[in-house]
Amino acid sequence: MAQNAKVPFNGTKAQADELEKVLKGLKNVEGALMPALQQAQDIYGYLPIEVQEVIADRLGVSLAEVFGVATFYSQFTLTPKGKYKIGVCLGTACYVKGSGEIYAELQKQLGIESGITDDLVYSLDATRCIGCCGLAPVMTVNDDVYGKLTKDQIAGILAKYKA
Amino acid sequence: MNYNELVAIKERALKAMGPRAADHTLKEIKERTVLVCGGTGCTSGKSRVILEEFREEVAKAGLSDRVKVIMTGCFGLCALGPVVIVYPEGAFYSQVHPEYVHEIVESHLVNNTVLTKYLYKETVKEEGVIKALNETDFYRKQHRLALRNCGVIDPENVEEYIARDGYLALYKVLTSMSQDDVVKVMLDSGLRGRGGAGFPTGRKWMFAKASQADKKFVLCNADEGDPGAFMDRSVLEGDPHAVLEAMAIAAYTIGSDQGYIYVRAEYPIAVQRLRIAIKQANEYGLLGNNIFGTGFNFNVEVRLGAGAFVCGEETALMVSIEGNRGEPRPRPPFPAVKGLFAKPTILNNVETYANVAQIILNGAEWFASMGTEKSKGTKVFALGGKITNTGLVEVPMGTTLREIIEEIGGGIPNSKKFKAAQTGGPSGGCIPAEKMDVAIDYDNLIAIGSMMGSGGLIVMDEDNCMVDIAKFFLEFTVDESCGKCTPCRIGTKRLYELLTKVTNGTAELEDLDKMEELCKYIKENSLCGLGQTAPNPVLSTLRYFRDEYVAHVVEKRCPAGVCKNLVSYSIQPDKCKGCTACARKCPVGAISGTVKNPHVIDKAKCIKCGACMATCKFGAIVKG
Ligand SMILES: Cc1cc2nc3c(=O)[nH]c(=O)nc-3n(C[C@H](O)[C@H](O)[C@H](O)COP(=O)(O)O)c2cc1C
Ligand code: FES
Repeated sequence: MAQNAKVPFNGTKAQADELEKVLKGLKNVEGALMPALQQAQDIYGYLPIEVQEVIADRLGVSLAEVFGVATFYSQFTLTPKGKYKIGVCLGTACYVKGSGEIYAELQKQLGIESGITDDLVYSLDATRCIGCCGLAPVMTVNDDVYGKLTKDQIAGILAKYKA
Repeated sequence: MNYNELVAIKERALKAMGPRAADHTLKEIKERTVLVCGGTGCTSGKSRVILEEFREEVAKAGLSDRVKVIMTGCFGLCALGPVVIVYPEGAFYSQVHPEYVHEIVESHLVNNTVLTKYLYKETVKEEGVIKALNETDFYRKQHRLALRNCGVIDPENVEEYIARDGYLALYKVLTSMSQDDVVKVMLDSGLRGRGGAGFPTGRKWMFAKASQADKKFVLCNADEGDPGAFMDRSVLEGDPHAVLEAMAIAAYTIGSDQGYIYVRAEYPIAVQRLRIAIKQANEYGLLGNNIFGTGFNFNVEVRLGAGAFVCGEETALMVSIEGNRGEPRPRPPFPAVKGLFAKPTILNNVETYANVAQIILNGAEWFASMGTEKSKGTKVFALGGKITNTGLVEVPMGTTLREIIEEIGGGIPNSKKFKAAQTGGPSGGCIPAEKMDVAIDYDNLIAIGSMMGSGGLIVMDEDNCMVDIAKFFLEFTVDESCGKCTPCRIGTKRLYELLTKVTNGTAELEDLDKMEELCKYIKENSLCGLGQTAPNPVLSTLRYFRDEYVAHVVEKRCPAGVCKNLVSYSIQPDKCKGCTACARKCPVGAISGTVKNPHVIDKAKCIKCGACMATCKFGAIVKG
């Protein structure tokens, strides 16, 4: 994966300790793998192979199984996200109100199809319904939600989030 | 916790809740309650800031002992969010900005003058006189059962749920009903699953009760995968205890002591409120061990999904809770016999559960008196798309699409024409204008080629291309197909390719027949409901909008002007004033012409971005 090569894994000791703590707590829980991956992603922001190895080892399952689950679910990401995570809702309500065009505009302005920009500042994803259908079309930047969007608002929104 | 304690809490909480019903006759108002919507829609419109502002301003005005400020779940009218309601007047402030708060507090709460200029227009009869909410078009035809507490109680306070008869149904079941009694009530009520398939809830519980095992599970499906639907989220955010109480009732009925709620990870507010609710219910002895001193134990855990649509399917959901890739498995064995961790299991949808306590308290006959012959009770719909009042509506089964769209929904904005309504999400179909008077219930929707689904209802107008919509749903299923069975994995991909040929203008008429044949094959041979229903959006649009497909194929034209390859822009010389605005806007320099003379678009250069059309003030540029 080209994008992995771009960003070498540099987890901190604090992150590693936190992960160990989480995994200890999940030792005897039935069906622990999903919660483990979810909390690991909360800690690191993504699931690099190094983290998957630790999870496999501590939970006593094979790395193949961990990788299989991590790649099955779209919420899990094996590559890091940008400082500003941009999501465009492509749920039905947003789509019929033109969110496809919003997405295309963001692709154009950020110069990426999806994934992360070279300077690691922005990442772009198409998301499923985030439950603000009343505000369609909707995009999110980290925890901020922007609704009732039109194409010409995009540049102004991006300008608020600078490296 | 015993009965007397529960009733004591109920009475105490009722008092503490203060005036929370519109009472227009009050001459003198001593207490007020300000309700701020804390649903996801309003929260993204900064309703939390508004809540804090109200608390601050009320304190500053010295009204803290007479005015309560509370955050609730969704009121339903998301289009007008953020919404604030002040009781006892029932004043419905819409599209509130944090800056308005000071003014509202000054005028309304301090000087007793409702600030009409910020009210929802429909609720203002004349200056100073407000109409009750349930007299407005949006609420008049609604019947709130599953949503009865949403927007009324504070979902983070179990006592407010108790004030509204909460946990009385559980008490009744545990102390005076046998397991068979409960099954009978559920069967007689006619309640059918709200998660999509409409399976009778009582039957499901009866089968699981009959299974012999040392351990059984009760699950709640809160995966809400239909993109564009948010009914279950709103119930969880607005009334989480209703789901917990119903799960406990189900657990008693089938003989289980452990429950799991599987929630989509995209719903952080719902997850947080559920966790708070579980914690409070445990503290009050309403969940946990020896509930009401009857020896009945029941614990609930929340499990998060991770973004896989197929995990809404029952067997896949169980596999996912077990910690694996969420791939469905063949049935039989049915979950009632062998489900989660190979133990007998029932799975019900959030909205299904939200009806249960009401049925126990009010009786099967009461519930069965609402709805149509084979679909009882009410249904919640998430109205979205090209409709004025986007939001949540709950109507008796048997209400027509026309009533929902034209009366409750307030029609199509911008005086556009209605084209179709989509129900059932990626498994459903598009309903055309000529079917708008069909009474909505499970069976009628299937008969017209759609399905109830979980309750997403997306409205489309003349600007939406039906082939494009079918392709949109297929893209979704291709993406979400888990890959386990071939008909779904490869079949949906081939179907998507055929649709792409149509939208590109490279398809032949016989491709339409091929599509129909392929649809039939995928339906008949897929392993789970995902594949079995995936062709529905294509089949229903082919059935009702075949002329649009034909226009793409034969005339190489997209009537709605959506499919980029088939659209071309041109300038009408008689309308063009030669202002040069479009030429300056065009990102690729495809427009030429001199000042005050008609311009022309070079179709070879044009990238069809539509910027010129949006810029032209004279309506001189046409698409087609
Ligand atoms: C692909 C697929 C996705 C589904 N997604 C959901 C869902 O998001 N929520 C839901 O309640 N049911 C969903 N269902 C239906 C469930 O399999 C199941 O029938 C339902 O949860 C049972 O509860 P009910 O009887 O109360 O409706 C889905 C089914 C399929 C085949
Ligand atoms: S479809 Fe976009 S928020 Fe629901």
